Amino acid sequence: MGLLNLFAKAAPSLLHLPAGSFTVDRDGTVLTGTLPSSFPKDLVNDLAQQVLATFREAADAQLILSELIVNYSSLRISARESRGGAMVFISPKERYSPSKQS
Amino acid sequence: METRHKILLLDDDPEVLNMYQEILEQLPSQPEIRTASSGTRAMAMLEAEQFRLLICDLKMPKMDGLQVLSIVRRKYPQLRTVALTNVADEQFRSRAYALGVDQFWYKPASDQEVRMFLECLEALLGREAETGFRGVQSKSLVDIIQLECISQSSSVLRISNGQLAGKIWIQDGELIDSEAGELNGEPAFQKILSWRTGNFETLPAEPNRPRTIFKSYNALLLETAHAMDESQEQAAAGGHSEADVSSLAQLSQLDGVEFVLAMKPGEKGMQVARGLENPAHMAAWARESLARFRALADRWHAGPLEQIECLGPQRHVALASQADTEFCVGWKYTLSAGQIREMMKKVLVLWAS
Repeated sequence: MGLLNLFAKAAPSLLHLPAGSFTVDRDGTVLTGTLPSSFPKDLVNDLAQQVLATFREAADAQLILSELIVNYSSLRISARESRGGAMVFISPKERYSPSKQS
Repeated sequence: METRHKILLLDDDPEVLNMYQEILEQLPSQPEIRTASSGTRAMAMLEAEQFRLLICDLKMPKMDGLQVLSIVRRKYPQLRTVALTNVADEQFRSRAYALGVDQFWYKPASDQEVRMFLECLEALLGREAETGFRGVQSKSLVDIIQLECISQSSSVLRISNGQLAGKIWIQDGELIDSEAGELNGEPAFQKILSWRTGNFETLPAEPNRPRTIFKSYNALLLETAHAMDESQEQAAAGGHSEADVSSLAQLSQLDGVEFVLAMKPGEKGMQVARGLENPAHMAAWARESLARFRALADRWHAGPLEQIECLGPQRHVALASQADTEFCVGWKYTLSAGQIREMMKKVLVLWAS
């Protein structure tokens, strides 16, 4: 059935959820990180902004937070507050173990 | 007359589309195969006509398969979806299932795999005839029961709601018995109908089941509809019904709970709280945070937002939503994030019940 193997085409890449961490300062500047360089920087900056805004707005609502854990069905994000900035950890969830091909 | 199912095949490679069109034409039910070479074209076709099944490649330019599946799952919950890819990456399989696809396939590369693929698709196309409850997310339990009774069916409806489960026995279009936890008969039926969300499954009829309900289904459903109308009127007038307030009181009794805040999404002011002196600020922050991280999920393709746990030196807070209600629950700071996650499951189940 070699013909069907022709389906293996050079296709555009899918966004692969990364595993790693980064730090962001109180101004929203991403300082250091272990995320793959191929991962879009604008998404990392976006996440950093959302995390800082959540900490900041919580404080405005008289809620002092030191850590934030966001659970998605495919991803877990945790962020630790650090002097107005944050350290953010990203880990994809692997719910389904690989099937064994016989 | 038997109608042919329609399958929409989405792949950016025209050769693959042609090849799979030929393969799918071997399906015994002889469905109508339509093709689309981009996510936007597929969305337009789904908008214009009704399909039974979408088979979607994952790697595509502009709008990739995960994006398409994410939109489709929300917009067309009744549509069966199959992700088909040659990317052997476990993360994508996990994410596709998290988005609610029915099946995930690596592109078959042998006769045997093609045969298995076709068998699975055929089963997927025919599943509705067996269960009859696909896509009931937009229907209420009342609708389902009415359908069963009007069509003079004999069946057992199994309804699950988180950890809660109940059964309704229907014989020749009449409700004959019900069971929910320790309740039986009419009280069990009313209890099940009070659940706001749930899953349905039809089981084979049990003709020998003793009858404990003697009212007509119309009478029982009318009584329930009346109660639901009253509840909705209360909600419209005061934000939340007495039942909601009572549920909240029950939630606030759980171990470790400091406060509970329930909100209707997007409707400022529609909230009910227990244990908070001034819930307005907290509600605004909770709504904003849930909206913010939901939007982030779309940009990151991270799948649906499940829950947010916020840990602090004085108290912890968890944010989650269920059906049409968003929750912000305050927890004692001595609890761990894992304990909060588990307790929140209990909160959501209690609320739903």
